[in-house]
Amino acid sequence: MRRRHNHPDVVPNHFHRQHTHTQTPSCPVSPLISSRFYTTTMPAPDKEIDLTERIEAFLSDLKRGGSGTGPLRGSAEMARETTALLRRIAAQARWSNAGDLMEIIRTEGRRMTAAQPSETTVGNMIRRVLKIIREEYARSRGSSEETDQQESLHKLLTSGGLSEENFRQHFAALKANVIEAINELLTELEGTTDNIKMQALEHIHSNEVIMTIGRSRTVEAFLKDAARKRKFHVIVAECAPFCQGHKMATSLSEAGIETTVITDAAIFAVMSRVNKVIIGTQTVLANGGLRAVNGTHTLALAAKHHSTPLIVCAPMFKLSPQVRSLCLPARGEILSKLITLFISNIGGHAPSYIYRLMSELYHPEDHEL
Amino acid sequence: MAESGVTDGLCNTDDIERSKTEGKELTKEEKQRLRKEKKQQKKNKEKNDEKTSHEGEKKKNKKKKEEQPAGSASQPPAQPSPKAVPAPAPPPPAAAAVPVPASEAPAPADKPAKSKADLKAERASKGKKGDVGQPAPTGKLKAPPSELQPVVKRLPEHVQVDNPEVVKKLAKKLERQQIPLRSDYGYKVSLFSHLHQYSRKAPLTQQLGIPSTVIHPAIVRLGLQYSQGIVAGSNARSVALLHAFQQVIRDYTTPPNEELSRDLVNKLKPYISFLNQCRPLSASMGNAIKYIKKEISNIPSQCKEEEAKIKLLNCIERYINEKIVLAAKAIAKYSIEKISDGDVILVYGCSSLVNHILCEAFEKKRKFRVIVVDSRPRLEGREALRRLVQKGISCTYVLISAVSYILPEVSKVFLGAHALLANGYVMSRVGTSQIALVAKAFNVPVLVCCETYKFCERVQTDSFVSNELDDPDDLIVTRKGKTQLEHWQKVPSLGLLNLVYDVTPPDFVDLVITDLGMIPCTSVPVVLRVKNVDQ
Repeated sequence: MRRRHNHPDVVPNHFHRQHTHTQTPSCPVSPLISSRFYTTTMPAPDKEIDLTERIEAFLSDLKRGGSGTGPLRGSAEMARETTALLRRIAAQARWSNAGDLMEIIRTEGRRMTAAQPSETTVGNMIRRVLKIIREEYARSRGSSEETDQQESLHKLLTSGGLSEENFRQHFAALKANVIEAINELLTELEGTTDNIKMQALEHIHSNEVIMTIGRSRTVEAFLKDAARKRKFHVIVAECAPFCQGHKMATSLSEAGIETTVITDAAIFAVMSRVNKVIIGTQTVLANGGLRAVNGTHTLALAAKHHSTPLIVCAPMFKLSPQVRSLCLPARGEILSKLITLFISNIGGHAPSYIYRLMSELYHPEDHEL
Repeated sequence: MAESGVTDGLCNTDDIERSKTEGKELTKEEKQRLRKEKKQQKKNKEKNDEKTSHEGEKKKNKKKKEEQPAGSASQPPAQPSPKAVPAPAPPPPAAAAVPVPASEAPAPADKPAKSKADLKAERASKGKKGDVGQPAPTGKLKAPPSELQPVVKRLPEHVQVDNPEVVKKLAKKLERQQIPLRSDYGYKVSLFSHLHQYSRKAPLTQQLGIPSTVIHPAIVRLGLQYSQGIVAGSNARSVALLHAFQQVIRDYTTPPNEELSRDLVNKLKPYISFLNQCRPLSASMGNAIKYIKKEISNIPSQCKEEEAKIKLLNCIERYINEKIVLAAKAIAKYSIEKISDGDVILVYGCSSLVNHILCEAFEKKRKFRVIVVDSRPRLEGREALRRLVQKGISCTYVLISAVSYILPEVSKVFLGAHALLANGYVMSRVGTSQIALVAKAFNVPVLVCCETYKFCERVQTDSFVSNELDDPDDLIVTRKGKTQLEHWQKVPSLGLLNLVYDVTPPDFVDLVITDLGMIPCTSVPVVLRVKNVDQ
């Protein structure tokens, strides 16, 4: 019989996947390991242990891939892994109605975001899945989709409808529908980079000088796609101290693009010769602002001074609802007035439109997990 | 016709010889004339095929006749500046570069206004093309000295690397001076193909023989210190240069039949070329060299050698003391008024002047803390940090990418300058303009501290036309065990850019603190005018 140590305050030094003793990080115990399984001497079902182990493995990965050394993997991968894990939870966890499932996902989600607060994609995916569950539930109940998605001002004010539901009704087909919808989400995630890079030729013409900072896989794919047909010059700011810009430059130059590496200090000095600035970002905020790598704010100010357009390539899963009051910009935030255009997998948008997109992706009640 | 030119020259030299033997001192004008004739003789010998005998001769005679009245006309108005003095004089005040000899080929069309001597020399060589009438030079020479006089501006060689003629000329000049030519290294970004890019691993001194007979060993050592970055920083380089020149002067002996005032200047020319090859001269060094050359050429000929040398050594000592040491004290006094208790001061890189100011303020018991901003690849901020922390000032250290993050807590920004240009732009270490930009966005006052000897007459609006490219290999770094750019040379489309300077527009700068007081950025040409009139 396996035993589990319920020590919520113990912080592990390292974690091995095959380790039989799982030490939970400073998060509450998973609801999957509820006490009713262990008061008896019956062994817990394998599926659930497997699921719990996977969750713990994911959490420790999150903790390890902290922002101190840069993300261990790109945001797209992180989003895919999170969604796959959530699908697994939906498939393998024990739940009888939508409310249960949402509660499970919400709790797991809180643990995940607590493990690595800087990885906002994890939280975003959780919110997406919660919205999927709500939608599937509503569809099963039979209310029409159009009225639900309208979110008109009148509806918001009268605030009726789903918000008063407690999702306790049981639907047999709900599980299958939810899993199918999550599969669709996964397909969408896999295609985000392709969708973005298909728009490259609309924005880059010949003999341009484009500036970028650090390393963004999205921007890399974007520029490489444009380079197939057009000849242009790229200037990469190296983004000290980790100098991810170096890897970006070598990768771009191997694709045949004329690349120059500059130091962060020279950004303003060379900006007068730059035609466009194209950057990636870590998070897109609901007010159209950005939270991006250090040095991006300086780049944005320099671009503004020279009236150079600043284009942000960001897939939709980076859109994150703000969880604090917005009276003053937070430190490290780039204001939306410095940004010219967002290019996402669903097309190009002005920064002032981002709040609207957010309302289509997430339900307002899920903004606070 | 070459001979006629020579005979003409000889006639005048006879005059001069006569006056010498008679014990009369050659007037300045005659000295200049003599020098110019020597140069023209050389030019004539080179351009034999282009001249027709009569016209060349006629023109020279006419010119000489004009020179006399013109020379006396230009004498009394106290020479507006060394600008009016023809060829042999030191380089135009604008160029912070090597003095290019007057015997230049007809310049390409893109060169700015040529000097009068150039025009005359050209006319002499072209002979037939005497379309530019005689009255024109007369008119120019008799024009009253004012600010509107055409400034002698020759484009310095080190910003014309993409012009093969200029490169060839430089090579010839260096060959004549027996100085090795330093070759460029690595792939140059196309925007900067007009600038040199050297490698620190190949210093010029490796191509010199030991012992070097042409260049004084103190200068060789100085050149090596410059090229390896051992002596860096505007003030440090100028002081090192002046000390090396003092050593040169101490070891100098006038050869027989030569005058100290002329020969010493000629001796210094190859040294300056050599130093320029090691690392392009800074604006402050250019001003210092101009000063020394002026002092040397002002030595009266009857002065004995020992006396002259002592006089020169004292001049240099005084220059260092006045323009650098005392200026720093004056600037510190003004700056301390601007520092109040509880200030958070941001500084960038290592400026000796700003460090001095902060240390003085700390000694005067002001309570403040400092944020030192640093940038790759030089990481000079660490040196500033060391100096400030040693004094006991509490400091924070960040990289330049974090500057927009910490600026909300900063109350003032103090920046040093490499040079202040005549249009109000501040030339300083790369990254300074960025800091000024972000400070402006956060409404934090930016104060630039600069001594007046760094003011220069050049104008520049961007950081491309005149800059310095450092060794591109400096950008290579190892992170997490991987060196991404190690083989950058093998990748044909990859370039590394290591800029040294950039220019900050005057609207980002709130105040310039100089030894003459606190002035706005746009008052730099006023100070330059005042200084020129003084001299």
